[in-house]
Formats: sequence, structure tokens, C-alpha cells
Amino acid sequence: MDQAHIRNFSIIAHIDHGKSTLADRILEVTDTVSGREMREQVLDSMDLERERGITIKAQAVRVQWKGHQLNLIDTPGHVDFTYEVSRSLQACEGALLVVDAAQGIEAQTLANAYLALENELEIVPVVNKIDLPAADPDGAAGEVADLIGEDAERVLRISAKTGQGVEAVLDAIVERIPAPEGELDAPARALIFDSSYDQYRGVVAFVRVVDGRFRPRERLRAMAQGTRFEAEEIGFFSPTMRPQDGLAAGEVGYVITGLKDVSKLRVGDTLTAEARPAAEPLPGYKDVKPMVFAGLFPTDSDAYPELRDALERLKLNDAALSYEPENSQALGFGFRCGFLGLLHMEIVRERLEREFDLDLLVTAPNVAYRVTTVGNVEREVHSPADLPAEFERVDEPYIKASIIVPKEYVGAVMELNNDRRGRFDHLEYLSEQRVHLTYELPLAEIVLDYYDQLKSRTRGYASFDYDLSGFQEGNLVRVDVLVGGEPVDALSLIVHREGAYERGKALVERLKVEIPRQMFDVAIQAAIGSRVISRETVKARRKDVLSKCYGGDISRKRKLLEKQKAGKKRMKQVGAVEVPQEAFLAVLNLDAGKGR
Amino acid sequence: MSGLVRHLYVHLPFCAHRCGYCDFVTAVGREEQHGAYVDALLAELELERALLHPRLGTIFLGGGTPTFTALPELERLLAALPAAADEVTVEANPETVTPALAQALRLGGVTRISLGAQSFQPHLLATLERRAGPDAVRRAFHTLRGAAFDNISLDLLFGIPGESPSDLERDLAEALTLEPEHLSLYELEAKPRTRFTLRHGVELERQAEAMESHFETVVETLTGAGYRWYETANFCRTAELGGGRDLRARHNVALWLGRDYLGLGIGAVSTVAGLRWRNRPGLGAYLRTLARGEQPPRELEPLGEGERRWERVLLGLRLDEPLPLAGLESALDGRAVDRLEGLGLTRRSEGALTLTGRGRLLGDAVTAELLA
Repeated sequence: MDQAHIRNFSIIAHIDHGKSTLADRILEVTDTVSGREMREQVLDSMDLERERGITIKAQAVRVQWKGHQLNLIDTPGHVDFTYEVSRSLQACEGALLVVDAAQGIEAQTLANAYLALENELEIVPVVNKIDLPAADPDGAAGEVADLIGEDAERVLRISAKTGQGVEAVLDAIVERIPAPEGELDAPARALIFDSSYDQYRGVVAFVRVVDGRFRPRERLRAMAQGTRFEAEEIGFFSPTMRPQDGLAAGEVGYVITGLKDVSKLRVGDTLTAEARPAAEPLPGYKDVKPMVFAGLFPTDSDAYPELRDALERLKLNDAALSYEPENSQALGFGFRCGFLGLLHMEIVRERLEREFDLDLLVTAPNVAYRVTTVGNVEREVHSPADLPAEFERVDEPYIKASIIVPKEYVGAVMELNNDRRGRFDHLEYLSEQRVHLTYELPLAEIVLDYYDQLKSRTRGYASFDYDLSGFQEGNLVRVDVLVGGEPVDALSLIVHREGAYERGKALVERLKVEIPRQMFDVAIQAAIGSRVISRETVKARRKDVLSKCYGGDISRKRKLLEKQKAGKKRMKQVGAVEVPQEAFLAVLNLDAGKGR
Repeated sequence: MSGLVRHLYVHLPFCAHRCGYCDFVTAVGREEQHGAYVDALLAELELERALLHPRLGTIFLGGGTPTFTALPELERLLAALPAAADEVTVEANPETVTPALAQALRLGGVTRISLGAQSFQPHLLATLERRAGPDAVRRAFHTLRGAAFDNISLDLLFGIPGESPSDLERDLAEALTLEPEHLSLYELEAKPRTRFTLRHGVELERQAEAMESHFETVVETLTGAGYRWYETANFCRTAELGGGRDLRARHNVALWLGRDYLGLGIGAVSTVAGLRWRNRPGLGAYLRTLARGEQPPRELEPLGEGERRWERVLLGLRLDEPLPLAGLESALDGRAVDRLEGLGLTRRSEGALTLTGRGRLLGDAVTAELLA
């Protein structure tokens, strides 16, 4: 199809503002899916194409509307994280920015809108859920219009649920979003914006063709990685896989590569044809650097190879995920994984457990630190245990936090941010009721429980998003924990010097509860270097024996012992001390109960 | 003939009343069935007689309340049982002990009585729903002495809900005043789902930590009074103070040393040549099958080599004598042996392993650690 009749767009929205419902309705209104097939939310439902034994989720669906080809590119399931959204946006010329008529704009709405503007996308503002009794379409439209500098009249008002206004949305896509402007005769170039893996057909790349034309059976090359392969099949989803004789400039679709090694094709790379290769790759994605790190250990140490395979698989369409083997003396073999943020960590963990059926122990997260050693060498530290005892300086990542709350909670939010070493930046009234606050905060202060605290102190009304704003020097120390005199690497913390005593004390007290009494006294100490700052003792058990054991009791007694032995296998040995795995998560719960 | 069983247990389930904390196989009352039950016991004995060594070492009549069994039936049973060279023990409840009973037991060849005193404190006995008061315990003891029983054991419980440290000290002192040859001290075990646990669970939970001191008090007091702590829960007069006699419960010592034993009666367990079986607890089925001359319903549990080694270790380590390690090496974790010795919980000497005093208080944990 002529590029003038193609429109590529995404839907961006704060969570629960109706992205999925609108996507469903678009498929329905354009007769792409029949009503019967609409039972499930098509784009989000992992709706699988099983006919050919293929298990690929559609990342982009093509629909027809009034003589135009519209490609709806899914922003991956979890919309919270800008980096995931940004990938999809690069394949589009425009975006629907959906705002709930009852909620108004939220922190993610802001983040998404800025992202779309940065990518020079045409934003089509949509206020959804106008049928709700609590809806304030004018108020919400006013907020969105202010945000993107658009006339409030141009904000579409719809109900994705009832279908009201959805046709107008499709018309607006055609009218307002520019057509792609690739060069049809130039050497072929396509951006890989997502990918998936099928055990029969290998890596499946989701692509946006920018220039030229791709055909099946052609030899292709991924320009950054240099991987070469033959395109086994090329096509698009509508909503199931439709093989085609090619994809041309401006179009969106899939390429079945047959590659069995997931690491051979990276999201963000550019595909070109071997026969007539392009000279320059497309601008890829900004290289995103992980800032939050945590250890992932299989609960069952035999599952280490499965964990490695699973991480490799996830890495395929998640370039931001990093992992390196880690051997903890307490937790055994696992991986130190790097994430962009907390939600990213949650998503990865959830996928590993659900999609790969792994039982994981995730250590308390920490941030990346830049350490200048005594010898004036700079290096990045991803694990508290790796921070040298002596150093010249440590820099820690900071964020610019963006928080939207009803005005009565401004005080509570300020108090929380002050507790977390935050620096006030800006306050702005979005409306009479709602305030937008920005703060500068050390990332380390939000990785544990900041979001929960924020929600609880604002009765759930605050919405929160953040951007990294660079590194700054911190007055930081490493607090080590010793159990029975043995340092436990997995429990080390890097904290601000002023809070070190309090954190150390809280951790030691927490561990005293978590570590069961043993056959000897167990000292639990928190120390900075060789200086012990807090100490507790788990007193030895004095009695552990069943008093009665006669002829009728022996089998029962033996079975009890067998069970006891099995229970010991789930304990981790620190020196002579048996520590339950849960104790390693003690750091996570430190602030529970504190700061109400 | 050494493969034959030398130790016989006979279960007499009848009781006047079921105490709340009890989880033994018992039957309340049923006086009309005592005769039939003894018939059944003797029928089971006949069925299994081929397993028994012609010269038994020990017999133990446990319950229930063996002495609640109608006296003529008890006498008939005792008369029909084979003789035992070392010991014939009968468990008795204080309120059942009369001069006539004592006399009958003597004549029936009983050499040792295990008297279920439980406590001397009226409020604790009431909590336990025991019928005998402290005076009944003393009276029973003197009655037995009067019938020339020179080997009497007292059972005491500690950790009774509401028991204070001084209650325990008083109990021990009163028991010692009677100068029994043997004492068994049991921590009250709250068995799940008994009405006792339902009623006292909260208090039992609360005092769990005090139990540690209670057990230490028991061991210190009794060893200080000239008793040998020969098994986790059992104490006997030392040979020096006991006229040179070995006053341990010989029947039970045999079990702890891993000897085979035959059990008769409902719920009774036998272990013979690597096979363990437990008679089902139902009284009706037991009586019916044996009346037909058939084996009563049983659950079988074959014991593999590994299981038998485990049991040798877990039982042997309850005793004060060293556990010979020959043949048990594969059951033990060598590094744990060293570690525990380092912690002062075990001692090794000439191919044998002994628990230290502290090690015995932690016996189950030590055993779990030692087993490979």
C-alpha cells in the first residue's frame, strides 16, 4: 500500500485508564475481530496462534479503516515503564494519549506524554470513560490540553467501554497522524522494536520497515550485531499471523528468522537485506543502563541452569536487563541482575516465576554506585559486598521524582521526601485540587518501600514517576552483618552515614527474630569496617528432645527426624549457623512498622 | 535360637476414665469385655508363640490401666503368660492399688510396678483429670512396699498447665521421700486435637520456654539425689545405692538397644526381624478375628537397613552408655560428628559415641545433625 494511506500509532495511558479496552474496541469497530472473538482483550491476552504450533503474541495489529492501513503497535503489557513504551513509540508517527475522565492526568500520563513529544510524535488526546458517573470530561480535557499545548476542543471524548466516540478516534488517527515518509527505492531498513521466541520457528522479530522492501526467503542481516539469516516468513498480524509476499516502507509486521539462539538478535537493531545493504543503521534505542540491582537465586540450587536459560530468553526482548553470575556464600549460585527500576525488577521476577516456573529468592535491591578507590580508580559497584572498605568517594544515582497528589496530602509527601534525603524542586497546581510536586531524591531511597509509603500516606491518591538525573557524591558507608562471627555478604547494606546506626540496629533486631535458636548462642552484629555498631544474641536452645520414646513411638520418631532433616535442607549454612532463607529478606522489611 | 524374641509387651487398654491429655489406645469401662479381651490376648500369644524364645527376658504390661482390668482376668492372664527371667513390669494407677491387687500381682510373678503418680499437687492432678489425689499415690506406694515389691517406679509429668517452678520442686521432693527405685519424668506433650490441648493450648504455648528450665531442674535434682539418668526421661537408683542391682527398666532398655519385641493387644507394636507391625486399635475387630483364631487386623511396616540404622542411632543416643558405632558409619555425617564434638555436645571414645549432659538435653537436634 502507498505510504500515504498508512498510519502507525500506539496507545499510551496511565495504568487502568482504558488502553486495553480501547484497543479491543478498535479491533471490533474495524471488523478485524468479530464480537465473539472479543471475549478476551486481544492485545493483552497472550492470545496465541496455535494452528501451526506457533506461540507468538501479537505486538502489532493491522486494521483497515476507510481505505487506510492502521498499525496499532502495542506498548508492552506493563505500561508503567517509560523505557518499554519508548521502544514502541519509535515505530510510530503518532500516539493516542488516553486519560481517565474521572482521574485526570497522572504521573505516568506526564511521563508518557513527554516521551511522545521527545520522539516527535503527533499526540491525539483522548478522554476516556465519559460514561462514568464520576466523570469530569471537561476537567480532564482541560488538564490534557494544558499538558500538551493543544486546544481543549480538539481533545476527543469517548467511552471505550460503550464504543461511544471510537469511530471519531479512528478518523482522527487518519486525519492528524502523519503518514510515514520512508524511501521506497532506498536499500531496505527496518527497526526491530520487539521480538519473541517460538520453539519451532526460532526468533520472531517485530519490525517497522522504514525504507525499501523486505521479501521472504531473502538473506537478511542485523546491522549492529552482524547476525545473518534467511527470512523464513514475513507478514503481519490481523489479529492472527498473515504471511505476505513482503513488507514495504512504512509498514509494520513480523519476520520469522529461524534463529535458535535468542542472543543473536537484539531489539533496537536494524535489519537490512544482504543483496543490497543499507549504509547506515537506523538510530537505535538509547542504550539504557540498569540502575537497580538485586541478586536472584533459585530456591532449589539445582535450578541454576534453568534460571540462566530463562534470563537469556528474557534478555532477548528486554535489552535493559543485565545479569552476571553471582556466588553468594550464603545463598549459593545465582545472578546479580540489573534493572532499570523497581517495576522492571518486579516484572522480570514475575515473568521468571510465571512463565518459566522458577521458584526464586530475590535479595533486597540496591542501586549502582560509582566508587573512586584510594588509588583514584573509578569503578561501578553493583553489590554492597563489593564496596571496598576504604575509598576516596562514592557517587550514587539521583532521580527527579514527579508526584501528583490532591493538595491535602502535600504535607505528607513532603515529610516522606525529607525523610528520604529528598531535595524539593518545584510545586505546581494542576487544578484547584491537584498538585504536581517535583523532588530530587537518591534512587537508593526509593528502591525499598518508597512507593508503598507514598501510597499509604496519601491513601492511594498519589501517582508517582521518576527519571534518572545523574550521579552525585554521597556520604555513604557499608554496613556489614556478621552472624556467628561470619560476615554474610547477602546482608550488607550501603547507607547514608547518618542513618547507619539506626539501619544496622533495625536489621540486627529483625534478624534476631528470623534466625531460629540453635544449639549454641549466635551473635548477630552490624558493623562498619571493624567497628560493631549493634549486637544481639540468639540464645542457645537448652532443650530439644521428646521425652517419651517407647516401642510404639519409634516409627513416628524416625519420621519426625526425616522431616527435620528435609527442613534443614531449606536452611542456608552460615558457618555453623543455620539461617532460613526468609532471613535474607529481612532487609526488605526493615521499615515495616516504622514511619507511619 | 538367638533369632527369637525375648521381650513381650501386653497392652491392657481398659481405664476407669480417659484423662484429657491421654492419646494412648484406651477403652473406658467395658468390664463385660475384660474376659473376652484376655481370651483374645492369649489367642494372639498362641498364634505368635513360634516367634518367642522359650526363655523370655522381660514382659511389660502397659495400658490403659492394666490394674483396672477385672482382677480375676488379670490373674488369669498373668498365670498364662510365659515366665521371664529378668523383669515382669505392670503399670498401675494409684487408685486401683489395693492389698488384694498387690498380692495378686506378686503371686502372678510381677517383679516391678510402674505407678502413674503424675504429680503430688492437687491442683495439677485436677488439671490432668486424674482421679487419685496425692494421698492415694502415697498410700498405693506403701501398699506395694507392704506386698514386698522392691522395684517400684513412679511416673511424673512436668509442664502441666499452671505448674510453677516450685510446684515441680515440691513434686520431685515428695517423690524422693518415697525412695522409689526408678523414676520416669515426662514432659507433658500436648497432642493435637485432644480436648486437653484445646482447653489448655494457650497456656502450654506460653510456658514452652519454662520447659527448658523444668527439664534442667529435673535432671539436676534427681542426679543430685543419687539417681542415674540412664535414658532421656528415665532415672534409677545407682547400683551403689540400689544394692548392686541394675534397676533400669530392663524391658525398655532392650527396646532402646534395638532388640526385637513382640506386642500383644490392640494398638500394640511389634518389631521382629526387620518387620514392624501395629495391631489396629479397634477393640471389636480384635476380639472378633482372634475369636476365629485369625490374626487381628494390622498395619505392616517393613524396615530397610537404612531405617534400622537410623533407629539404632536415635534410640541409642537416648541412653547414658556409649553407642557403639560399628556398622552405623554409613548412617552418620562425619563432619557433623566433629562439629558437635567441637560444640561440647558429643564425645567419641574407642569406636563409640556418647552425648554430653548438654547434648542429651538437645538429643533430638543432635541426632538430626548426626544422621547423614
